[in-house]
Amino acid sequence: MDLSDSPEDAEFRARLRDWLGKVLPTLPPKPSPDDWPGRRAYDLGWQRTLYDAGYADVHWQASPSVRLIFLEETEKAGAPYVGAGFVGLLHAGPTVAAEGTAEQRARWLPPILRGDEVWCQGFSEPDAGSDLAALRTRAWRDGDDYVVSGSKIWTSHAEVADWCELLVRTDPGAPKHRGITWLAMPMGAPGITVRPLRTLAGSAEFAEVFLDEVRVPVANRVGEENDGWRVTMVTLSFERGTAFVGEVVACRRVLGELAREARTNGRWDDPALRRRLGRLNAEFRALWRLTQWNVSEAEATGGLPGVGGSVFKLRYSQARQELYDAAADVLGDVSLDLDHPWVTDRLSSLSYTIAAGTSQIQRNIVAERILGLPKGR
Amino acid sequence: MRFQLTEDQRALRDGVRGLLARRFDRTALRAAVDRPGRLDRALWRELGTAGFFALRLPEADGGVGLGLPEAVLAFEEAGRALLPGPLIATHLAAGRVPGAADGETVVAAVDGGGVVEWLAQADVVLGGAEDLEGAVRMRSVDPLTPLHRVPAGLGAPVAVDPVAVLLTAAEQLGTAARACELAVQHARAREQFGQPIGAFQAIKHLCADLLVRVEAARAAVYAAAVTADPADIAAARLLADEAAVRGARDCLQVHGGMGFTWEADIHLLLKRAWVRTRRAGADTESEEMLADDLLSGAGR
Repeated sequence: MDLSDSPEDAEFRARLRDWLGKVLPTLPPKPSPDDWPGRRAYDLGWQRTLYDAGYADVHWQASPSVRLIFLEETEKAGAPYVGAGFVGLLHAGPTVAAEGTAEQRARWLPPILRGDEVWCQGFSEPDAGSDLAALRTRAWRDGDDYVVSGSKIWTSHAEVADWCELLVRTDPGAPKHRGITWLAMPMGAPGITVRPLRTLAGSAEFAEVFLDEVRVPVANRVGEENDGWRVTMVTLSFERGTAFVGEVVACRRVLGELAREARTNGRWDDPALRRRLGRLNAEFRALWRLTQWNVSEAEATGGLPGVGGSVFKLRYSQARQELYDAAADVLGDVSLDLDHPWVTDRLSSLSYTIAAGTSQIQRNIVAERILGLPKGR
Repeated sequence: MRFQLTEDQRALRDGVRGLLARRFDRTALRAAVDRPGRLDRALWRELGTAGFFALRLPEADGGVGLGLPEAVLAFEEAGRALLPGPLIATHLAAGRVPGAADGETVVAAVDGGGVVEWLAQADVVLGGAEDLEGAVRMRSVDPLTPLHRVPAGLGAPVAVDPVAVLLTAAEQLGTAARACELAVQHARAREQFGQPIGAFQAIKHLCADLLVRVEAARAAVYAAAVTADPADIAAARLLADEAAVRGARDCLQVHGGMGFTWEADIHLLLKRAWVRTRRAGADTESEEMLADDLLSGAGR
């Protein structure tokens, strides 16, 4: 068991730190959360900066430990988050890289890496959330096109996306996990309506997407027709892998700020609150170690992160909510003021036990795939 | 960073597990419950011969010369098997008290909380007053851990050794893992309403939570063994205590009425876990220490 960097990893960490120290002071100010075009430009600008410095493909090419160091150091330095590039860099890009043709890789991958194009994820539907394979958006062949009708929901970045990784049903007669196909849909195509959805946090973080006989070229299909479920599982294994690494680092920083705020405003004198913060310190230390364990395991087995990601996500999504509940107790009455960032973060944290597979679904995955308990209902 | 067990560490863990399976199986465990307060000196010597107590003693001093990670793996196995005796006190005494390293001497210790485990069976008792005749025997909640209380004023408070805290956490981790295994075994085998109860989501979720707590505790305990950092050790202790105590409770719940019987082993897991939570200062001290760490540790 070793927690220290290998010589190559240490060299990468030092070089990255040095570069971040130089480049971060030159960045423009962050746009406001409601300014979608501004956020797109900002996030893509950061991706371009990474591209020019040779860090753009760190999520795809590098070893798991280098990816971990990249996420750790960028977060510690306060670098911009992947933001609008999230789906392209962490879902669609790796999926196209693994399953696409040479032509598809050449068309879609360079613009993702350069920060020229934004992708969104057209997976969930009003009646297909945790039961994703129940999706009903239809696609049928008409010459060289698929014609797509239906609707998608919870689609992040849909307003500013160039492409959508879209799951459609191409064979309604087949069992529900078969008969699904993975398409890359250009968001400018006629027949697409995007309606922003306001979340309980008050902001429009995602959208509904309505599809009315949208034509998508057959050439935009990744994988075989009706083989989209298998392609999707490739996508999801990326989603649950290292997606939360930067956030754990950020939570540890917030926890330190909470303690200092509590000492400033006098709440620190409450032993119950103090001990609760101490316990959260233990929790986030353990989550960081669990991340390192999972990354080391992925490196040792030379592949994708395994179901260990479900173990991590269960614990992390809960801990994040407890962190911001503690923040509310530190803030007292201020916890009712939406102008405080911890208050909006508290609201946002409510999505964590739902998004990317609810905690209940994750528990079923852990019980059936790790512990070997029988499938049931 | 290779935060995984090395081949040697796996071999060590498997070796200790094998030894305990041979020498302290379920039959031996239940026999020990039926003869409370008696320590198996032959087993103690075998542990000594296998290097359990001398694991971290330098080779030059006749020890095995391994480190904290290896000790943590060995104590995790002891916790899994519910091995009784003042294991940590004797391990810490190796090289300092004659006979401790090879298991000839049984060493007990007064811990920070003023409780002594296995006082009557010990050859040597460390810490506290010279004379522990004033110690009061308790009717121990754990049938496998006889306890004495040292009244206040009898002896000076004992400084808590972080290594003792870490090895306690390792034992808790082993017990938590055992609770998870027992719960899953039962959930697969026990049928109700015409199917294994593990097919029901309510049982599945109990089992999944058992595993999540074990894995979080494991990462924290192993990392603390590598860094030996006091805050890491305190964190490991909190997570391991939670994994063991909540794990044993949930395991009992999965077993239903059977779990509430003396014949089922689950109460032994829970009671031992309770005893260990009181060792070396209670959880509150670790929580306070980690709270202070938030103010001093700048963004670690």
